[in-house]
Amino acid sequence: MEQTNLAYARTEMAADERPPSKEQGVVAWLRKNLFASVPDTILTLVGLVIVAMILPRVIDWAFINAQWTGTDRSYCATVAQGGIQPDGWSGACWAFVGAKFQQFMFGQYPIDQRWRVMLAGAIFLALLVPLLIPSVPRKLLNAVLLFGVFPFIAFALLVGGVFGLPFVETARWGGLMVTLVLSIVGISVSLPFGILLALGRRSKLPVIKLVCVIFIETIRGVPLVTVLFMASVMFPLFLPAGMTFDKFLRALIGVAIFAAAYMAEVVRGGLQAIPKGQYEGAASLGLTYWQTTGLVILPQALKLVIPGIVNTFIGMFKDTSLVAIIGMFDLLGIVRQNFSDANWASPQTPITGLVFAGFIFWLFCFGMSRYSIYMERRLDTGHKR
Amino acid sequence: MVSQEMPRDASGAGASFINDPRIRGLIYQAVLFVLLVAFVYWIFGNTVDNLRRSNITSGFGFLNSRAGFDISETLISYSSNDTYKWALVVGLVNTAVVAVTGIITASIIGFLVGVGRLSENWLIRKICMVYVEIFRNIPPLLVIFFWYLGVLSALPQPRESIALPFGAWLNNRGFFLPAPIWGEGAWLIPVAFLLAVGLCWFVARRAHQRQAATGEQFPVFWTSVALLVGLPLLAFVAAGFPLTFEFPKKSTFNLLGGTQIRPEFLSLYLALSFYTAAFIAEIVRAGILGVNKGQTEAAYALGLRRRPTLRLVVVPQALRIVIPPLTSQYLNLTKNSSLAIAIGYPDLVHIGGTILNQSGHAIEIVAIWMVVYLGLSLVMSGFMNWFNAKMALVER
Repeated sequence: MEQTNLAYARTEMAADERPPSKEQGVVAWLRKNLFASVPDTILTLVGLVIVAMILPRVIDWAFINAQWTGTDRSYCATVAQGGIQPDGWSGACWAFVGAKFQQFMFGQYPIDQRWRVMLAGAIFLALLVPLLIPSVPRKLLNAVLLFGVFPFIAFALLVGGVFGLPFVETARWGGLMVTLVLSIVGISVSLPFGILLALGRRSKLPVIKLVCVIFIETIRGVPLVTVLFMASVMFPLFLPAGMTFDKFLRALIGVAIFAAAYMAEVVRGGLQAIPKGQYEGAASLGLTYWQTTGLVILPQALKLVIPGIVNTFIGMFKDTSLVAIIGMFDLLGIVRQNFSDANWASPQTPITGLVFAGFIFWLFCFGMSRYSIYMERRLDTGHKR
Repeated sequence: MVSQEMPRDASGAGASFINDPRIRGLIYQAVLFVLLVAFVYWIFGNTVDNLRRSNITSGFGFLNSRAGFDISETLISYSSNDTYKWALVVGLVNTAVVAVTGIITASIIGFLVGVGRLSENWLIRKICMVYVEIFRNIPPLLVIFFWYLGVLSALPQPRESIALPFGAWLNNRGFFLPAPIWGEGAWLIPVAFLLAVGLCWFVARRAHQRQAATGEQFPVFWTSVALLVGLPLLAFVAAGFPLTFEFPKKSTFNLLGGTQIRPEFLSLYLALSFYTAAFIAEIVRAGILGVNKGQTEAAYALGLRRRPTLRLVVVPQALRIVIPPLTSQYLNLTKNSSLAIAIGYPDLVHIGGTILNQSGHAIEIVAIWMVVYLGLSLVMSGFMNWFNAKMALVER
């Protein structure tokens, strides 16, 4: 019997060697992601040129050269334009935004009454945030408070005329407040109407189906501007003499009609994704149409289309800026109105105001789209088809 | 044995006819119909009443009266003595111009950015992502204002115009290009081009037939390029270079001559292109990602190289995913061109608005708008549906 001599074999593990430098670390990352091949390198260089052209200018304009404080236009104009800045100066006029900030938020809402808007906003946030965080309990109570009770509180607070609060006419509303009121009310009204329209479109009753199809396709085929014009110039003609409607309410109806048509198509997408077995199952249990719809179909369909609903909401939030065209002052409208303020008119004022308004819109829309992605992942229960 | 008593009567006598779904459906529809008719009647009565009170005649007769306003930008001849009807046609042409140029540019930018978002290159990927995330989340109206009030009106006065290559100028009144003046015999060039198009079609057909019959390939693409460029060029030379340019000249207050592209058009066109391109980029990205990776791998396994794989396998399948949402983006761009009214580009809505203010015929103007936009939507979606059907997978 021969004993194998294993003396040449190690008895302990060798220390790990560092991975090859081509596979790890900064250099490897650069090689892999930026300089993998000749065309890749060229692309990277082109990209670097683009970034080098844009980024320093933007930073320079928005931060380094920007005028942060000031009381009138002279702070944001060059000497030749009657200001204090050196010739050739170009920078953001944040002083303008600072001076007009209150107006951008509340429009011409009476200054001593603005706490009402802020209170309404605070209540809204206090009710909305727990609803959006999935782990917070008592969703039903929360939803009832938000959709059932809050509208009345908000109406009393914003419009006034009750509980000793002075009446504030909607002509004085403006700024971000109008944008938010229009989009929030619009979406809350358009969702139920959109659901009804979608159900109507899938109905087997020809008259109901036809009415819904005509409504949806007409509204979706025309631009929002024409719907808003219709709301602002045609609605007064439709009403009996002596009866008038608030301009704000007209715009709100226009926006809600428009959003309802789009919402209907989103909901229809969800309804179509529900397998026929669900309807048959509900029918075999003896449920009526409304029981089937309310208890079986809609809960599943709406869950499927949450991303679509949020997208519609984002679209609508952006579209509210169009009310500026029919002479209302939402965030964009009021920013634009202030460009003509002689006290602040300078070459840098418009672009600064627009960048500010754009940033606010961007924050809201980007936030919503991120939340929708998060919800999509959370609700993805695996039976995606 | 106890046999269960079965109801004999399938029609359900005893149950009230109210519970018959068919009868219920009829009742619901009748109620809706009556309500709708009553509503329309009420609105109609009120409208007639209101119009009579404010002394406005209704009907489309006013369209034949003299317009009396000028339009800053016209492609077809127009003067203030023309009718309202003609003014609206001018507006429609302007809408079409901005929509078509916008769609072309948005498609190009959108395609590049969409492909860029899938690039292997980290920097390009991030630049494209930043672009998409910025433009998707800002209202289009704001983008239009940004170009119009922020960029174009901040350009220098005509006296200090920025000189660009090829005799073009840029100032706060727009973009000035040399205007081409075609000389005698220039008609040969479009004729040659049409001829080239016809030849290309013929070549492509023959090449296809030959490949089907013998398997031999023919470089159709390069032949077509040579034909399309070469024939018009040949015609140009043969006609004796019938082209001169009128260059814009700087005078004290303005630039004279040349072609002017006004800032209203430029800002609307740029804004619509950049805004829609962000959405198109996302659609293109989703389309490419939507093609199963197995398709590429199978093509490689068959021995196809990278380019034919893309051209013959990936792109045709991606197009199928891309076309329906792309159609709705094109429609959105066309509808968004109505935002022209905010900066005064004379499109259909802007001119309609002017007529509305002059004549007070609100209902007729809004009706014209809606019919025209609905028509445009129908035509465009009809065309895209046809294209989609051509592209669709032919399943056995």
